[in-house]
Amino acid sequence: MLLAVSTSFILTKVILAVSVFLVSLGVAAYSTYGERKVAAFLQDRLGPNRAGPFGLLQPLADGVKMFMKEEIIPNVANRWLFIFGPSLFMLTALLTGAVIPWGPDLVINGERIPLQVADVNIGVLYLLGVVSIGVYGIMIGGWASNNKYSMLGALRAASQMISYEIAMGISVIALVMVTGTLSLSEIAAQQHGWHWNILYQPLGFFIFFVCALAETNRAPFDLPECETELVGGYHTEYSSMKLGLYLFAEYINMFISSAVIATFYFGGYNMPFIGRFVSDPNWLAVLGVVFLFAKVIFFIFLFMWIRWTLPRFRYDQLMNLGWKILIPLSIFNLAVITPLVMWIGGRLKF
Amino acid sequence: MQALTNRSKVVAKKELSFVEKLYLPAIINGMRITMSHFFKKKATISYPEKKRPISGVYRGQHVLKRDEKGAERCTACGLCAVACPAEAITMEAAERRKGEEHLYREEKYAAVYEINMLRCIFCGLCEEACPKEAIFLTDRIVPTEFERGDFVYGKDKLVEPVANDKRVDVSKRQTQATIEFKQHDEFPHNQTWDPSRMLDQKRKKAH
Repeated sequence: MLLAVSTSFILTKVILAVSVFLVSLGVAAYSTYGERKVAAFLQDRLGPNRAGPFGLLQPLADGVKMFMKEEIIPNVANRWLFIFGPSLFMLTALLTGAVIPWGPDLVINGERIPLQVADVNIGVLYLLGVVSIGVYGIMIGGWASNNKYSMLGALRAASQMISYEIAMGISVIALVMVTGTLSLSEIAAQQHGWHWNILYQPLGFFIFFVCALAETNRAPFDLPECETELVGGYHTEYSSMKLGLYLFAEYINMFISSAVIATFYFGGYNMPFIGRFVSDPNWLAVLGVVFLFAKVIFFIFLFMWIRWTLPRFRYDQLMNLGWKILIPLSIFNLAVITPLVMWIGGRLKF
Repeated sequence: MQALTNRSKVVAKKELSFVEKLYLPAIINGMRITMSHFFKKKATISYPEKKRPISGVYRGQHVLKRDEKGAERCTACGLCAVACPAEAITMEAAERRKGEEHLYREEKYAAVYEINMLRCIFCGLCEEACPKEAIFLTDRIVPTEFERGDFVYGKDKLVEPVANDKRVDVSKRQTQATIEFKQHDEFPHNQTWDPSRMLDQKRKKAH
């Protein structure tokens, strides 16, 4: 039967979905704290350290503050789209977590439980699709605000995300050629031991990483927000929790794109030599989740490190980089990898 | 053209080399620099717990001194208010009644004495003007408040406590020169409008 649905299946999926949802929110909340701490440390400051020990309750305080703020919807704004924008942005940010394999399968009572909400065989396409819907959240919010700064920010966001999606897509095509699959769980499983995709696709990783920075609107590609020119960019008119949703969704995006980078290029939940020390599949699964999160946290840190080092691109520089450098580079990468895959066939192995 | 100073630099807008055009070496160098700051000692001081050392003659929150017996020294002459360039000081004088000798040193005292800490520029002129050694600036910092009105400090906050161990030490701001200077009645600065005192001076001149 195609859809063999049992109660336990639904139950595990619901538990998994809810925990992915909660973990995404939790990691995003603590990313805001981490961001402020990293920024402070890189600038010889201490960062938030008043709310709780080491300021660990700061995200909570920020959240409460956001909720307490007065909610303003401008008179001339399109009310429904104004509300719809941040909701859509948050929705797409949370949707992407569904296809990421968080760890190897658990085995309970002889039953294999994959730590992945939806093991779709076109996971990569799903990811790219959902990510590109994300731009609508910004676009709709910026347009509905009826404010020139919001509009400019939204336009920048749209053009930036569309431009960088091309290079990202082409670098992902190269990755798909190397791995021979569109399923994320398979991509992750293939990278056991030292067969991390970064070794086969270093240039692809570099392009993907730069594009991921641009897709998540992080510095040095934070032109949609661009405080110095556009007040706040697309969220200029937003206040209270709707602003919170935009800011928060950005951190979820950062978390998810770190997870995607780790899964695509850095072995996902795999860690070399771990099989030698642990053989129990459940322990392997738990350790796999830990390793994946270690990699994710490293990439989140890298995102922040870059943000607090590099200044923002000018708009024409951004477009030049996207269209004249990254796209040709990714095409070159594809042109190199295609004949290799053709001759050697299937997966490249050293 | 001859340069005016030897510090001028010739700026050339040269083409970037290939490596420079890549930007990657510059980016990596930048990230190395920021990371080196990550482990540096932080410049921030966690203020209320830790404080920066301040000078002993720091001009902070004022104190209205009492004499050795615990009577207020201020006689509400108003010289501090006149001297104040920010017009932060106001006061209302009152006459000392019988039985209040242990409270007020002179026959006249300040029933109300207010300093607006938002107006005050902590210049210390009030202290210089005071002929009675009554007002001093101390090394205490005026704390923040939520309401503007709370910055108007009355006698409850300004006058030092009577208990000997709770007195505010101002010896660092009383240099020998200041004390010496305040003894000289011939300077108009040290003259008050106290009629009895003016009579004294007239008598001195007559001699």
